[in-house]
Amino acid sequence: MTDATTDSAMTAAPLAKVETPFQRFRAEFFESKIATVALGIFLIIVLLAILAPWITPQNPYDLAQVTIMDGRLPPGSEAFDGYTMWLGSDGAGRDLYSAILYGLRISLTVGLASGVIALLFGMAVGLIAAYAGGRIEVLIMRIVDLQLSFPASLVALMMVAALGKGVDKIILALVIAQWAYYARTVRATALVERGKEYVEAAQCLGISQSRIVFRHILPNCMAPLIVVGTVQTASAISLEATLSFLGVGLPQTEPSIGVLIANGFEYMLSGRYWISVFPGAALLLTVVSINLVGDHLRDVLNPRLKK
Amino acid sequence: MTAVLEISGLKTHFFTHAGVVKAVDGVDFTVSKGEVMGLVGESGSGKSITGFSILGLIDQPGRIVEGSIKFNGSEIANVSEEELKKLRGNRISMIFQDPMMTLNPVLRVDTQMIEAIRAHENVSKQTAWERSRDALGLVGIPSPEERLQAYPHQLSGGMRQRVAIATAFLNKPDLIIADEPTTALDVTIQAQIIHEAQKLTKQTGTAMIWITHDLAVVAGLADRISVMYAGRIVEQGGIDDVIDRPLHPYTVGLLGSVPTANRRGQRLFQIEGMTPNMLALPEGCAFGPRCQARKAACNAQPPIEDVEGRRLRCFNPQRVAEVTS
Amino acid sequence: MTEPIVEIRGVSKRFTKRLDVAGKIAQKLGASVREETVHAVDNVSLNIQKGEVLGLVGESGCGKSTLGRVVAGIHAASDGQMFYKGKDVRGLRGADRRAATLAIQMIFQDPFASLNPRMRVEDIIGEAPRMHGIVSAAEAPDYVDDVMRKVGLDPSLKRRYAHQFSGGQRQRIGIARALAVKPKFLVCDEAIAALDVSIQSQIINLFMDLREELGLTYLFISHDLSVVEHIADRVAIMYLGRIVEMASAEEIFSDPRHPYTKALLAEAPRLDQRRRQFEPIVGEIPSPLDPPPGCTFHPRCPAATADCRKIVPNLKAGRAGRETACLLEHVKTV
Repeated sequence: MTDATTDSAMTAAPLAKVETPFQRFRAEFFESKIATVALGIFLIIVLLAILAPWITPQNPYDLAQVTIMDGRLPPGSEAFDGYTMWLGSDGAGRDLYSAILYGLRISLTVGLASGVIALLFGMAVGLIAAYAGGRIEVLIMRIVDLQLSFPASLVALMMVAALGKGVDKIILALVIAQWAYYARTVRATALVERGKEYVEAAQCLGISQSRIVFRHILPNCMAPLIVVGTVQTASAISLEATLSFLGVGLPQTEPSIGVLIANGFEYMLSGRYWISVFPGAALLLTVVSINLVGDHLRDVLNPRLKK
Repeated sequence: MTAVLEISGLKTHFFTHAGVVKAVDGVDFTVSKGEVMGLVGESGSGKSITGFSILGLIDQPGRIVEGSIKFNGSEIANVSEEELKKLRGNRISMIFQDPMMTLNPVLRVDTQMIEAIRAHENVSKQTAWERSRDALGLVGIPSPEERLQAYPHQLSGGMRQRVAIATAFLNKPDLIIADEPTTALDVTIQAQIIHEAQKLTKQTGTAMIWITHDLAVVAGLADRISVMYAGRIVEQGGIDDVIDRPLHPYTVGLLGSVPTANRRGQRLFQIEGMTPNMLALPEGCAFGPRCQARKAACNAQPPIEDVEGRRLRCFNPQRVAEVTS
Repeated sequence: MTEPIVEIRGVSKRFTKRLDVAGKIAQKLGASVREETVHAVDNVSLNIQKGEVLGLVGESGCGKSTLGRVVAGIHAASDGQMFYKGKDVRGLRGADRRAATLAIQMIFQDPFASLNPRMRVEDIIGEAPRMHGIVSAAEAPDYVDDVMRKVGLDPSLKRRYAHQFSGGQRQRIGIARALAVKPKFLVCDEAIAALDVSIQSQIINLFMDLREELGLTYLFISHDLSVVEHIADRVAIMYLGRIVEMASAEEIFSDPRHPYTKALLAEAPRLDQRRRQFEPIVGEIPSPLDPPPGCTFHPRCPAATADCRKIVPNLKAGRAGRETACLLEHVKTV
């Protein structure tokens, strides 16, 4: 091998350092100001929710701290215990600011947990479908199609009716309502990746099927999965809120955002808007920020849009 | 000979996040009536961008920053969209590498061809249909009436490219720009396409710019050739002069590395190094890092000059024995 | 004649698009859907001697890539047998099977799709040798460095990802990946078609150097006749799934016998022909879904006779001892 040929291959692209796909992705993501702001807002919301017990004057789930005397006070009023209720209080006397933050904890937990579990389950099913082919694939995909033809809220309602109330049951219902999206996405991507030449090369090199699936194909399926994941999480959060609003979600003693909105609904006409509007605004902010992040993620991760 | 197209000092730059890409950086050439000009280069040479620039098809973040493009004597660089629309498909047509780019997949062939005619001329649909049918017949498509009713996806690659050529010739343009029209086609189909294009240009006296990386195709087809590297023309002249007696080391290298120019079984002559990185071009001659004939003077940009009956951009031309035997 | 390193006998490969449940129901109800079968490779027999370069030439739809993948073990043949060093590969098990798998490697056409975008170069090259125990985990880094140098890549770049390299370099990575498992036989499937012209000669030279250094055997698949003429010892011409002519490189290029070979050579543009009159053969390449009866080339053949429409010519020695699949060549000479 002549030196000339080695020299000719020596100088690679002008990137001096190793640029992992993640670093490249990160740089591209932050090019969008809207998405960066949205991500920031979402992280702040999560932070506030996590720190809720320490930054709120009241634990709205502790019935000992809640008194009906504080009920329906407008924003800025003073509570029985002396602190200021910046966002007012609801019908039962809960400080809305505290209730919203605690409610966010529940909503976010339920949304994220159901999102993650649905992702793992849907991913497994999708991969099996892509690999098994034949009758198994047809069977799985028809179930997926059937599931997707029902509106998610309807499926969730049916599941909750069957399973009953409680945080774990809500999560299960949401998982059942959502897994199909992930399964379909993974199957489509896995089929595309499976046809690519680097997979053929791996087969040629005698690499085992399972290693090909987990080390080669799966990492390349993550991009669309992440996009679906973010959007679905937002959807799960609002789905849970819907269920709670309808009264079939979480119990009254542990109100999530949906329950708060539901409780405040009856007061809308009497002018005590804050009881519904503030929790509603919090929900809106959460869902929209996640959606904006997910939207930009989809653009960044879409190879066809790359310049 | 009347000049149909005169380009001088054309510069088309792309202003990207990563920097300015000078895709075309000072290109001059002329194409006369009935002449075929071969525009040859590899990836990053700027040959396709030159073609797009002529028709004003450069999108953001690129634009023509400098230079003049004179079509039949009138300046068309950076004129308004209205003016360009009157020219496109009418006086100047383009054929692309991928016929699906020229043909709209959701419209039938007759719809598209009739549209191309009636965009520039006020004739009845019937007349336009007849002209389309005749055009398809001219490019050797059997049963043109049937083919007119087809959608592009129902035709093979070669057939689609013929439709694209027929469409390009519909309004009898003065100039046709063909951007790698046969690169994606098989050898036997490529021969057919070149044959049709040749026949039509001879019949109609249309000037043609044939953009390709395939020297052998250009050798058989073109009257004159411009070899491009990193956005500039490095050698330009009559086809016989340049191919039989190349002067620029890049041209010499390209011709020398073709297998037929080497002895069977021997190592091929190879040009060292990689295709240039348009974001990080060297200070002097862009071909310098790969050039076997490099000398100290090459640290400066060589200007293009008249040398031995052609235009040459090189401080150290290589006179080799007849390359092709 | 010594035993060939790779031999295929009567290999066919068909791809059938089966009807799913909906399709089967539609068919029972009388709709005109049917299973579509592509006869990608039709009854091909070849033997390749150790150390030789067999060129496989053809246009789209001729099945050369599919045949390459059958030889490389990526597709299983629908019919026929394949022998590696005299043993039927389908009968091999365990260590023998693995040895046969690793001995035949493939270099792909697309330098972008053939490398995993999420793996570093050192893993792309080093994964298989480590997995198969060719090198231990400790020896692997040096081993990868050696392989990279052999293909002309700077080992200090091994922590990079594929997208950070140029097309020619990516192709070298693909070659390194194949060489890392110490193969004896390389199937090059249009390995240079997607590269720039000035890089093609570098890679062709690399192939030739490796052949000498490592004693490799090649099945070189290409549509580019001039490259095949330069590098191959023997050449097989394929059309619509069948081999229509096979001869040494000199014979094929100086004296083509089959009408298709003649047309292919006549129509390929050559540097020394100026302002030529291209006189192409007529007709489109037929779809492999619906190949013409008899000799698949007859609709486009200037010398076709009535028999050509009916009889499928086999590849066998005809006039002047040359192997062709053409009835006209099989006419017995006195």
